[in-house]
Amino acid sequence: MSHKPNQSMSLAKPDAQDLSVKQKIALAIGFTGCFILVLALFNTNFSNKGLFLTLSTVLITVGTVIFSNDAYLNTSKGIKNDGVWFKSISSRGILGWLTGIFLTLFYIVLYFYPQYLGLASDGQNNTGLIALFDPLSQLLSGRPASQWFVYGTLYTLAILVFGYKFMLKYRDNKHEKLRTVSVMFFQLAFAFLIPELMYRLNSDLPYYDLKSIWPLNYYNFERYRVNQFIDAGDVGLGLLIFGIVSILIITPILTYKYGKRWYCSWVCGCGALAETVGDPFRHLSDKRQIAWKIERWVVHSVLVFVVLMTTAVVCSYLGNDSSKYWLTRKLFLGLVTAILTLVFALTMIFKRQELGKDARYGAIGYFVIIIFLIGLHYFSTNTTLFLFKSETLRTTYAFLIGSIFSGVIGTGFYPIFGSRVWCRFGCPMAAILGFQQRLFSKFRITTNGGQCISCGNCSTYCEMGIDVRAYAQKGENIVRSSCVGCGICSAVCPRGVLKLENDSMKGRINPTEILLGNDVNLMDLVNQK
Amino acid sequence: MEHVVIIGNGISGVTAARHIRKLSNKKITIISGESEYFFSRTALMYVYMGHMKFEHTKPYEDWFWEKNRINLKKGFIETLDTATKILHFSNGDKLDYDKLIIATGSKPNTFGWKGQDLKGVQGLYSKQDLENLEVHAPNNTICKRAVIIGGGLIGIELAEMLNSRKIPVTFLVRESSFWNGVLPDGESDMINRHIKNHHIDLRLSSNLKEIVSGEQGKVKSVIIEETGEEIACDFVGLTAGVSPNIDFIKLSDIETNKGVLVNRFLETNIPNVYAIGDCAEQREAIGKRKSIEAVWYTGRIMGEVVAQTICSNKMPYNPGHWFNSAKFFDIEYQTYGWVHGSKGKPDYEEHVHWKHDDDTKCITIAFNRNTNEFLGINTFGIRMRHEVFDRWLTEKRDVDYVINHLSEANFDPEFYKHYEQAIQNAYKNQLQIV
Repeated sequence: MSHKPNQSMSLAKPDAQDLSVKQKIALAIGFTGCFILVLALFNTNFSNKGLFLTLSTVLITVGTVIFSNDAYLNTSKGIKNDGVWFKSISSRGILGWLTGIFLTLFYIVLYFYPQYLGLASDGQNNTGLIALFDPLSQLLSGRPASQWFVYGTLYTLAILVFGYKFMLKYRDNKHEKLRTVSVMFFQLAFAFLIPELMYRLNSDLPYYDLKSIWPLNYYNFERYRVNQFIDAGDVGLGLLIFGIVSILIITPILTYKYGKRWYCSWVCGCGALAETVGDPFRHLSDKRQIAWKIERWVVHSVLVFVVLMTTAVVCSYLGNDSSKYWLTRKLFLGLVTAILTLVFALTMIFKRQELGKDARYGAIGYFVIIIFLIGLHYFSTNTTLFLFKSETLRTTYAFLIGSIFSGVIGTGFYPIFGSRVWCRFGCPMAAILGFQQRLFSKFRITTNGGQCISCGNCSTYCEMGIDVRAYAQKGENIVRSSCVGCGICSAVCPRGVLKLENDSMKGRINPTEILLGNDVNLMDLVNQK
Repeated sequence: MEHVVIIGNGISGVTAARHIRKLSNKKITIISGESEYFFSRTALMYVYMGHMKFEHTKPYEDWFWEKNRINLKKGFIETLDTATKILHFSNGDKLDYDKLIIATGSKPNTFGWKGQDLKGVQGLYSKQDLENLEVHAPNNTICKRAVIIGGGLIGIELAEMLNSRKIPVTFLVRESSFWNGVLPDGESDMINRHIKNHHIDLRLSSNLKEIVSGEQGKVKSVIIEETGEEIACDFVGLTAGVSPNIDFIKLSDIETNKGVLVNRFLETNIPNVYAIGDCAEQREAIGKRKSIEAVWYTGRIMGEVVAQTICSNKMPYNPGHWFNSAKFFDIEYQTYGWVHGSKGKPDYEEHVHWKHDDDTKCITIAFNRNTNEFLGINTFGIRMRHEVFDRWLTEKRDVDYVINHLSEANFDPEFYKHYEQAIQNAYKNQLQIV
């Protein structure tokens, strides 16, 4: 026997985890499709760009489909996590790191050096990779492609093909299949096709992905967009109003009824990528309590940042004269102050006892800062806002949060930090939804009595880094602001302990010391203290 | 300050320690020879299968113990002197206690088979067992075939584990059908088929005669009692149940039988010495329960109870309605109340059985044929609510009520197909036949 002993608890890769021949062929097909993109990037001048773009797309799709079919369809329905921690790509091995570095570099070029992708400077034709996408862009919207069109197309393609893979992986689970169909649909229709077609119908409209809601869509109320909306007539005005209604009315109602999952796991494009392409990396999220503490401060700071930035940006183009336009700078600031005060007051009056000590201090601290800054401006007339120029705030936010956090770190680091880094630590929309989910929502993950065996599958596969087991083993429902309701904890549970539910607010948070199954008198004695 | 020493850092011991800490300021020490920190034994299989790393099996982060002032001591106890209240460790250390909780768990059963101590022959219980498994069965080139002896819950988990690394498995089961000492026939049959569907070589009504030694004291093959067939293998898993792990306690004054004998207050014959979990044996069995319950849940419940007693709120061990769960490859199993297999079934117990055509879902509802009282349910492939069945058992609902309200108890994820109608139809049809 010349076989090397392969005896590790997890580091070395047991041989059985190798890819099958069919999977290797599928990978070759898929990478051939990717190679066409690389050739285009290096300025290979394809004679028929439409043909080669189609070929590339088809090869990537076919490769992924064959791979997925071979990986999942030959096995029985059930949880498919065998060897996840043995594979280099999904356990921060060499392949994982290489993928992470490649994605990160791609995002840096995309955001800051689109000329390397072949983006034309004024009046010239696109070259390279972007030129390859010109025919498709012309077909959809009648204009040449931009780096964002290329990115949007690849993003959508990735969600579709990996969405297929995800559905096969969880094909025993109707909840997961429906959810994935939903995110695939919203990405393809709302993020990709409709904005392009809208441009064809009315080229005055700004690009508007209807499902992307402020503050995720932090630039929605910037001057140029608002001007474009208004110039585009009734349709534009309708879209502008829809943008405001989305965050102030639609979002609170849906989140009350279903929790933030209606958005994060069923609609959102960032969530869609995380759930499909990011699924093989979901277990890499940090579960330590310290990570949770950092998460709370970072994500809420981003929210405060985006509120201040947007307020400042909107103020910068509003006038002071109410006879010219009803919405003046002072009125707007008054409205913002009123809404924030209302939210703060309601929370402190009705939900004070549900907040942790640091949450209370944080809320008070942030509230004081925001009101102070708004007041500072309200009673002054100088042009700088909140001590900074609004333009400085805007560009800083766009660079730090919009580009670096959501793109470079959020997606580039999938294979290192897991698939929901942006959603967990950075997304201000998730912070708003989560705040409501924790305090004013019917959603919870119900724990099934005393059935938990503390195995830890739920915590391991929580992409948001929630220590689900810590609740389940106490028989306590999981009500956490960060939970995106993906349902994977419930899927991987070997004992049927977890269920995502919408039910009444009463008894939603139910900490228990003694679990169901013990002496009834003891349970009463201890739990009803 | 009173010093409470707990021997064993499994679910029983750790639960006791946590609750004592909540209730008191006593000094607490947990002793374990197996691992530095508490981990979930039930999750060891997922480490081998690559679903988790060992660190993920630890329910509490390492800082938890110091923060809660629970001392951890790694080591094996050699002797236990109840007169002087001193524990003697194998490395010469000593530790004195005021109150002692024995929570040493189980060890795999062996029945004096020839060859049971060979290399590559082991049970699957401890962290060390998992490490040995990685040595003897890391892949299908080093381990060309594995044989599992004993058809219980650990046996089928071991089969699933080895299967995940594409190691061919022969599964010797003494009974005529898998786990039919516990499961009714319809369910047991379904699991037989499910096992075979996963390409496991399932041998029913087969006993082990001996394990044959190859070179260097390694296992070479096993011989089956009934047929005399010799099966070549590189690994043998002994999973014919577990028994209390109390060898060093037998040398002390503490009274033992198979396990450490305790009364309803989990007290041993020696004052201030208690036993909980797998290693405890009730002097008189409680209800239909066995006198030794080697189950995660009962271990936890005993831990909760003994903490009360130690913290001056003397409580008997008085568990509520029986419940349990397991997973057979892809099929989840839950049980609430009592449903018996054909062997131990009382005369008055009648069953309603429904099975889905896809052969992965079925339920059996037991009721009293004289009074129609609902007695219990076994559910496969459909998740049910513990709280609802616990309430129905307490309320002594009749079987009609349970059948007609099954949807209240459903715990499957949203959008899953429901089968209440089909189950009700099966109930009506079976009644007509009866």
